[in-house]
Amino acid sequence: MGVYLVQFLTGLASASALFLAASGLSIIFGVTRVVNFAHGSFYMLGAYFGFSFVQMVGGGAIGFWVALLLAAVAVGLVGLLVELVILRRLYKAPELFQLIATFGVILIVQDAALWAWGAEDLLGPRAPGLTGIVRIMGTPMPVYDLVLIAVGPLVLLALWLLFNRTRWGVLVRAATEDREMVGALGVNQSLLFTGVFVLGSMLAGLGGAIQLPKGGADLLMDFGILAEVFVVTVVGGMGSIFGAFLAAVLISQLNTFGILIWPGGTLVLMFILMAVILIVRPTGLLGRPETVGHKAAAGFEQALRPAGPHYKLFVGGLLACLAAAPVFVDEFQLVLITDIMVLALFATSLHFLMSTGGLVSFGHAAFYGGGAYTAALLVTYAASPFELALLLAPLGAGMLALVIGWFCVRLSGVYFAMLTLAFAQVAWSVAFQWSEVTNGDDGLLGIWPSLWASGTQVFYYLALVFCVGGIFLIRRVVFAPFGYGLRATRDSTLRAAAIGIDIKRQQLMAFVFAGAMAGLAGGLFAFSKGSVFPDEMSIPRSFDALLMVLLGGVESLSGPFVGAAAFTYLHDELITFEYWRLLVGSTIVALVLLFPQGLAGAAKHHLGRFLKLEADPEAAAPSPRRKAREA
Amino acid sequence: MSAPSTIERATDLPSLAVRNLNKAFGGVQAVRDVSFDLAEGELLALIGPNGAGKSTCFNMLNGQIPADSGSVRLAGEELLGYAPAEIWRRGVGRTFQITATFPSMTVAENVAMVLMSQQRELFSFFRSATHRHRDRAMELLDLVGMTGQADRPCGVLSYGDLKRVELAVALGNTPRVLLMDEPTAGMAPRERLELMGLAARLVGDLGISVLFTEHDMDIVFGHADRIIVLSRGALIAEGNAEQIRNDPLVLKTYLGEGQIYGQAED
Amino acid sequence: MLSVEKIHSYYGQAHILSDVSLALAPGEIVVLIGRNGAGKSTTIKSIMGMVKVTEGQIRFGGDDLMGEPPHRIAQRGIGYVPEERRVFTRLTVLENLEAGRQPARGGAPHWQAEDLFALFPNLAEARHRLAGTLSGGEQQMLTIARTLMGNPGCILLDEPSEGLAPVVVEQIIEVIKQIKTQGLPILLSEQNLYFASLVSDRAYVIETGRIRFSGTMQELQENAEIRRQYLAV
Repeated sequence: MGVYLVQFLTGLASASALFLAASGLSIIFGVTRVVNFAHGSFYMLGAYFGFSFVQMVGGGAIGFWVALLLAAVAVGLVGLLVELVILRRLYKAPELFQLIATFGVILIVQDAALWAWGAEDLLGPRAPGLTGIVRIMGTPMPVYDLVLIAVGPLVLLALWLLFNRTRWGVLVRAATEDREMVGALGVNQSLLFTGVFVLGSMLAGLGGAIQLPKGGADLLMDFGILAEVFVVTVVGGMGSIFGAFLAAVLISQLNTFGILIWPGGTLVLMFILMAVILIVRPTGLLGRPETVGHKAAAGFEQALRPAGPHYKLFVGGLLACLAAAPVFVDEFQLVLITDIMVLALFATSLHFLMSTGGLVSFGHAAFYGGGAYTAALLVTYAASPFELALLLAPLGAGMLALVIGWFCVRLSGVYFAMLTLAFAQVAWSVAFQWSEVTNGDDGLLGIWPSLWASGTQVFYYLALVFCVGGIFLIRRVVFAPFGYGLRATRDSTLRAAAIGIDIKRQQLMAFVFAGAMAGLAGGLFAFSKGSVFPDEMSIPRSFDALLMVLLGGVESLSGPFVGAAAFTYLHDELITFEYWRLLVGSTIVALVLLFPQGLAGAAKHHLGRFLKLEADPEAAAPSPRRKAREA
Repeated sequence: MSAPSTIERATDLPSLAVRNLNKAFGGVQAVRDVSFDLAEGELLALIGPNGAGKSTCFNMLNGQIPADSGSVRLAGEELLGYAPAEIWRRGVGRTFQITATFPSMTVAENVAMVLMSQQRELFSFFRSATHRHRDRAMELLDLVGMTGQADRPCGVLSYGDLKRVELAVALGNTPRVLLMDEPTAGMAPRERLELMGLAARLVGDLGISVLFTEHDMDIVFGHADRIIVLSRGALIAEGNAEQIRNDPLVLKTYLGEGQIYGQAED
Repeated sequence: MLSVEKIHSYYGQAHILSDVSLALAPGEIVVLIGRNGAGKSTTIKSIMGMVKVTEGQIRFGGDDLMGEPPHRIAQRGIGYVPEERRVFTRLTVLENLEAGRQPARGGAPHWQAEDLFALFPNLAEARHRLAGTLSGGEQQMLTIARTLMGNPGCILLDEPSEGLAPVVVEQIIEVIKQIKTQGLPILLSEQNLYFASLVSDRAYVIETGRIRFSGTMQELQENAEIRRQYLAV
């Protein structure tokens, strides 16, 4: 009995840090409509700052707690900097760019933490005066856990008072609903946004700091907590602080009891719980349906047009160049072009989902990696031939997409994005942790194509056929009735439902199709490298795809190709540096700030109409004369 | 096709029979025991103050929100419990208060979209949809006088034209009942009369029954065959223009002292 | 006191307003009338700094409002009542008023929540209810009250009668007349000529982003040509 009670209390204790982080994310999102992907990094920084401050001032009991609060304040200052320098310029940009920018911040923070605190995991200091153990019905329990249990409800109460009993809180709640209106009533929105962002950052920092005596600080904390925070926010209901608290408790309990019942299966349990809750209550435990109207445009409303005459010439020329490439370039460059083509297919599949479907997925690498692992597992365990494994790769990825998509399409907008990210993190965890099958971090090796296809040139042509074929197939689907139906669900769900379109089914099929195409790219990748590692499913890989789409511009279907090339180039240039993440992160942030339309988008903006890269909507229509003839 | 029986049924059954419809939102009874019939070919106006439950009624009729209890029968067939898509297939079309079209598609594509959906082609991945169902779409656009702008994107149309496109879209699957939510909201007086005249003519020609909500009393009194009045979730009056205009309860809860309608007669 | 001179406004690339000029004197109610999409709301949003104005001049009292962000413009004393009401549905009536509160400035009438409850008795009864549970008419009253809490020196009232029951529109007419007795000038945007004629002193007719007519309400009533051409009555 005592064991269970202590287990329950331990669950409550770990819920506190999770709740702090999740409430911060929720508050920031509510007002600024930015899902702060760097939130996990703020949590991590809280832990690191806490570690250092405790060393500096944390001698006594008071010093320890002062150090933790200082850590929260320091993270708040980092938040202030991020808001002032980056986000403030992006509030009017499409959501995607804000998210990509905060992802850049993740990379910068990772390398900054590596530089400042080193790569070793840090063991957290113990809280002076609270190092003891109490016995509850005979079972020992750390005193510090009891303190943690109190922190969550206390912060909850403080937040409730702040939001319901102060003018600032009223304004924040008002801005959560209609921030433009709040501005028109004489409230300085920028100040409000900055304040909220700092508050949210501080909560994340405090969360990271208070778990220090239990969990310490390490460089993998950021993505770990991010996925958990997303799950908490989705389960609790976005924008509801009470919901976040409930969900944090629920999930922490599940984790602590799950370890007793099914060690190693806690992730699965967590996602079963999430699935059940989302089916019963799609808006989360205490969430409200998204209010429609007065919300910023997602940025994908541009119509895709069939190819114009010059565009066809351009594509033909590009294809001819690619076909002739082996004659002109050396093997190293040929491998590089193969990589670019594979990535272009990967990025195009995501672009299809985003532009035609309006579905921004942050976990698309799950399917890229899914395809790669399908192929690799088939080769390793079923000794299946290369040809079969390559063809089954999209099938495996598609099936994974069917399962994940079935949950995700129940949500929309940022909820959808968050859930895809959380699922991708699960897929990564499985690949990473289930080492009996996947060989964990060491990856699966020896995944080579059949002898006939193993030459660089032959494989290049094979990749060319599959990648170009895949991209053309995607383009074909965009202009098929399916693509039109999908675009209809993006343009107006109201109208789409009213004319008998089953929105979820249309979106799910699109998700599966895009997943399968990403899986094809993943399969090709596995065979081109001869190995697969969990990295191919990781969140950073998902962001690579987003980055390629961003570099290429979201509004043109040819963008991903440009994006893949630019990405590969950048990546190869920067990876040689020790702190390459810092450079990549800074580059991302700079690119987003400088070219909010993407590189190709910016170029097209100036050249597009002039060069007739897309068919002119008015010219695509039958001319009046032809119409008259028909009549 | 069981055409004969349908026609036979249509003669003795109302197009739409609504019985004891109820809906509560978190303890607030939004719609209470609402019952009415919509006869074939009838233009029935549903009026009432904002928040009286008109939108909730509409949303229940086309399946967007589930009713707590009650019954909605389309020519004798129960509709409650079906998804919006299924109710649409069975012949209940809808236009929205704020126009809802697909702004990235052309006018003709907007209409063609309905036809693709109706003919269950939405899971076709390979054939081109660029000019699909163009002829039929043009016929429908001809009905509402929009062929001239068939190839402009919907995103650039004027408000009045969007309303016409919506009408063509609603007629796309030849509905038996059309629900129109404030069809003339946001339009100038003459445009209002034109649009309502067009709608009335079309439903007359095509034998469609229309239920519409409206705040412009000139439209209501000028075009509705019959009027029902909703207040605080319940029906408080039913009748022709003359009866409604003189109903004391309606005057108190909705029409007021008559200052701001009736200009058309000046 | 409010003067707009030859402004040009853009939504993205689209040129919405050309050369729009208008003026509002103390204590008068002026209607900006035109059909949907004519540029009424854009004019009001331009004054509020919510739409990009590239040329021209907007002045209120002695202040130049050009290029100022919306909150500064509101702080200078321009009260904005948006179309479609836009109350904060998840805040109570009192909290909505609190969100609109701004310090009183010289000359303008000074409003307290209790004054407003006297003006809008319906709201007084509902002061602790969430605004989302109010009827459409009550919400319209609340937006007006919320704007008055900012103690504005003039009010921009965007399509107050749109989509409301006739009985509510009659109440709004009363409210507008009440506000006028306080000496507050109102710029009203409206499509309904009849409604406008019941409350306004002067009118500007706008069509495709240009002012086509300016004169007293009386002159507009007598000018059948203008009414037919631009107002489609």
